Amino acid sequence: MRVSRNFLADYLDLSKVNFQQLAEKMVNIGHEYDSCGPLVSASNLVIGKVVDCQKHPDSKKLSVCQVDTGDGVFKIVCGATNVAVNQKVVVAKVGAILPGDFKIKVAKIAGVESNGMICSFAELGFDKKFLKERDWQEIMVLDDDAPLGEDALAYLQLHDEVIDFDLTTNRGDLLSMLGMAYEVGALYKLDVTYPESDFVEIADSIKDEYTLKVQTEKCKLYLAKLVKNIKIMESPVYIKNRLIACGIRPINNVVDISNYVMLETGQPIHFFDADKLKDIGVRMGKNEEVQTLDGQIRKVAENDIVITNNNNPIALAGVMGGLATEVTEKTKNIIIESAIFHPANVRNTAKKTLRSEASNRFEKGIAKERTFLALKRACYLLAKHADGQVAKYLLKHDKMSVSDVEITVSIEHVNRILGMKLTMAEICDVMERLKLPYQKGKEEICVLIPPRRLDLTIAEDLIEEIGRFIGFNKIVSAMPASVIKMGSWDKKMSYLKAIKNFLVGQGLNEVISYSLISKTDNKLFSQENGITILDPPSKEREVLRTSLLTSLLNVYNYNYARQIKNINFFEIGSVYKEKYLEEERLGILMSGVYLENKWQNQQVKVDFFLLKGLIESLFNFLGLQNRYAFVFRKMDNFHPYQTSVIEVDGQDVGVFGKVHPELANDVFMVEINLDYLYNLVVKPIKYKAPFRYPSIQKDVAFLVNEEITNLEIEKVIKKTGGRILETVTVFDLYEKDGRKSIAYSLLFRDEKRTLNEEEVLGILNKIIKAVEENFAASVRDK
Amino acid sequence: MEKTIKQLKKELKEALEKVNDLKSLNDVRVSFLGKKGKITLLKEQLKELSVANKKTVGKMFNDFREEATNLIAEQEVSLQKEALDKQLLAEKIDITLPASQLKTGSFHPLELINDEIISLFVSMGYDVVRGPEIETDKYNFERLNIPKDHPARDMQDSFYITSKHILRTQTSPIQVRMMEKNYEKGPIRMIAPGKVYRKDDDDATHSHQFMQIEALVIDENISLAHLKGTLEVTMQKLFGGTRNIRFRPSYFPFTEPSLEVDVSCFKCDGVGCAFCKESGWLEVLGAGMVHPTVLQMSGYDNKKYSGFAFGIGIERIAMLKYGINDIREFYQNHWHFLDLFKRIDKEGY
Repeated sequence: MRVSRNFLADYLDLSKVNFQQLAEKMVNIGHEYDSCGPLVSASNLVIGKVVDCQKHPDSKKLSVCQVDTGDGVFKIVCGATNVAVNQKVVVAKVGAILPGDFKIKVAKIAGVESNGMICSFAELGFDKKFLKERDWQEIMVLDDDAPLGEDALAYLQLHDEVIDFDLTTNRGDLLSMLGMAYEVGALYKLDVTYPESDFVEIADSIKDEYTLKVQTEKCKLYLAKLVKNIKIMESPVYIKNRLIACGIRPINNVVDISNYVMLETGQPIHFFDADKLKDIGVRMGKNEEVQTLDGQIRKVAENDIVITNNNNPIALAGVMGGLATEVTEKTKNIIIESAIFHPANVRNTAKKTLRSEASNRFEKGIAKERTFLALKRACYLLAKHADGQVAKYLLKHDKMSVSDVEITVSIEHVNRILGMKLTMAEICDVMERLKLPYQKGKEEICVLIPPRRLDLTIAEDLIEEIGRFIGFNKIVSAMPASVIKMGSWDKKMSYLKAIKNFLVGQGLNEVISYSLISKTDNKLFSQENGITILDPPSKEREVLRTSLLTSLLNVYNYNYARQIKNINFFEIGSVYKEKYLEEERLGILMSGVYLENKWQNQQVKVDFFLLKGLIESLFNFLGLQNRYAFVFRKMDNFHPYQTSVIEVDGQDVGVFGKVHPELANDVFMVEINLDYLYNLVVKPIKYKAPFRYPSIQKDVAFLVNEEITNLEIEKVIKKTGGRILETVTVFDLYEKDGRKSIAYSLLFRDEKRTLNEEEVLGILNKIIKAVEENFAASVRDK
Repeated sequence: MEKTIKQLKKELKEALEKVNDLKSLNDVRVSFLGKKGKITLLKEQLKELSVANKKTVGKMFNDFREEATNLIAEQEVSLQKEALDKQLLAEKIDITLPASQLKTGSFHPLELINDEIISLFVSMGYDVVRGPEIETDKYNFERLNIPKDHPARDMQDSFYITSKHILRTQTSPIQVRMMEKNYEKGPIRMIAPGKVYRKDDDDATHSHQFMQIEALVIDENISLAHLKGTLEVTMQKLFGGTRNIRFRPSYFPFTEPSLEVDVSCFKCDGVGCAFCKESGWLEVLGAGMVHPTVLQMSGYDNKKYSGFAFGIGIERIAMLKYGINDIREFYQNHWHFLDLFKRIDKEGY
């Protein structure tokens, strides 16, 4: 919301107000601003008279002028086509500064000395949208009676200052100069004056020619007035300048008046060409179409409010007028509409059509008094600036009950919320500043809320008003004094934290990536379709991921493209499943060299078994020793022979493997369902006496068919070895001619006594026999 | 006999002088003290001596044998030391050669900030509560006093899944769920961390996904003074002990009064510098007193209880604290970016 000082000054006395300071004070009461400064940031512009104008000797486009600025005659070279003798013009003298910090100096233009510049309108620095083509090409030519040597901006009524406020959505009342006047008035203790709105009416009555029928609850107040014989022309300068200052492009007097009244009162009004309608109606849309001002044919839905003529839609209420009843250069008679449409409906319609200055105001709510005021002001201004003749009476539909809002708030309540010690006098002072009528009680005040403050509905709203004007920064801080209790982490979060600590300790970096990904990416490592977003902003953000793996691979690719190849990282995050279920997962990606010292030829490269080791130590860390297993299973986009599912207690809890080389080289990934692990019952740590008796180690190598897996053999060894077989370790492996030799180191120990060689050999032989029988194995180098 | 001892003594000395390593020393030991060594054999001769001689010569022999043993042992010690010194010299290394590159992992910077804030609040008796990222319109908006078609919905453009389900735009719905679950409708002190989503186009200052921590305190007589005290402690923990805070009135549908909170700039100590755009203040979070309607909708008696709430954007804090100027850095996960956080921070222990 752009606020012009000149505009605002119509409603309160700003003579003692510094506008920059005002902007800062407004921030302190909750209204931030984007910019604050003069409307035209130029200095030293004066009115001059062209006393001589000759063609430039060396240029066809340039003229050499002698310009009288009252304090002397200066030679100025001018490039405009319309410059001529005896014109009154705007002169930027040497030393003047134009917008964009453009300093005017003595300069030679095509060899001729120039002592200043004759200005075009565009050179005053307005936004492009306010400029016509001739504003760039032609200099401004002022009326002949423009006073020589005087300040040109003052003459043009362009001495103005503008603050562009960034308002909060609850303060619809501040989308009007009158609303702003009350707020500024509260800051400076100034009174608000209402604009003049008395006009003379002619004998013709609107009721003779027009009817009004409102058939919907969504329009509680509709007023219409007829103005006849208007003359369309340019608006007076003050209206044009104020519209420009407020960011609206002047069109002609009639259109400008409708915008001006909206800016002034906050009530958007609409003008219909009165000769193009007769029976005005307001109703909800049905399956129909309307052609709007912009020429588009728009479908009307059941929750759109429409204005009709003979029951045919002619406008989308509160959002956009229709082409058929538009005010044009030929319009003679006007119907003024000033109405209140339901905020939610306007909002809905505007969202699919156009969000405009008008719809924005309807959405935030309008005070009934302003609907009447806007109507009167429009009549007044049309009579004054468009020679309009106002017909008597008005068409009125008024089902709006304005019950007075009264809020009672106690001093104790105010101080309890603010944490301050305010007195009745201080509280009353704020009410007076805000022009809110109140009655003092003993310990409380009862405030009568005027309709212009629709945002004030409960005691807390008033407490906020008190806080705003007393100053929230006057609060003295304190800590909440309540019963001391223990704080606690979310239990699952602590579990996840422990896993993160573990993985960071293993040298992995934590990453965080987006939950929304593309459908194609989601399909890469998941069979699930995933939950899709309605109306996604892009293909990259259309589905909630059902696996972390694609995200991990994307992080890898991002870094790989930047020559970073040795990376190990993890992410813990949710995946999103059917029925809006969220599942916490761990994803790990490892690739390249894990540990190295080049000059010593030491290198540990990431491979299947390194990551397998990491997973095992994580599972052991989580107390799941002897409960997990890696089971070979082929999966899409994994290497067909280096892939596995991870089982815990026989249940799938994750996938693990080498990424298919078609996707990436030497990349290993794992994904584990942490919700499942978190919900498992894990035995508590329990003391066990350290070993007291020596162990006996036996090595044995088996030759088996290469199809036989280590796990199968290990299971048989463990089963046969029984209680005294402490560990089984593979220490050698080689394959030849379809057979493989796999060598085990077996460690035997009894916790209660020293084992003897014979009994260990006895068990070893049983193990050998069992393996031989089960796998058609033979023992190598017995 | 005495002569022989003297002779052997001489021989031993000469032999030991020639010894230059442990092996030759052992040869000497064997030739003198071994089973058939010269001194061992001499002992046989002692038996043949007279009783009188036995005593004196015997003593002389014993002394000599002890001396020989000692001499050899001494020499052994010194040779061992010499050998060790030699070995150690051979093991001399250039300690300036590069070390083995061990892996050390890092926490994501958002996790670091999250942890710092959570730890602080747990220490002040707050409970950490989590909630679903896929929320219903009811908890994300309606129960927070943002009815359908309310202009305040423009403040948070949302990702809708159905007309009822959305990706939460804030972690406040966790508070609503907590209030609802709290059957006694008694005091609450909680924080709710998590990912939130808004339908923004990603650029240097906007991200469609980000992290938030919301805090909620409900009790009897909770006021803005308590909010201020709590926020001061929080900002001092995050940005250093001398930070001040400033309240600016604002608007959120779920709080009344609502406030924007600024922290005094930690680069210039509030004097004004390029970092804080000369204002001396940095905008950090939104806060307020829980709106009575929000309390009522969750079954709380707003005559008895009041509460404050605030929401911190984790990215915002991390960007300020570490001087990061593009929010996308957090989600690109550039290795060099992640590696920056492999160490403890000042006072981060």
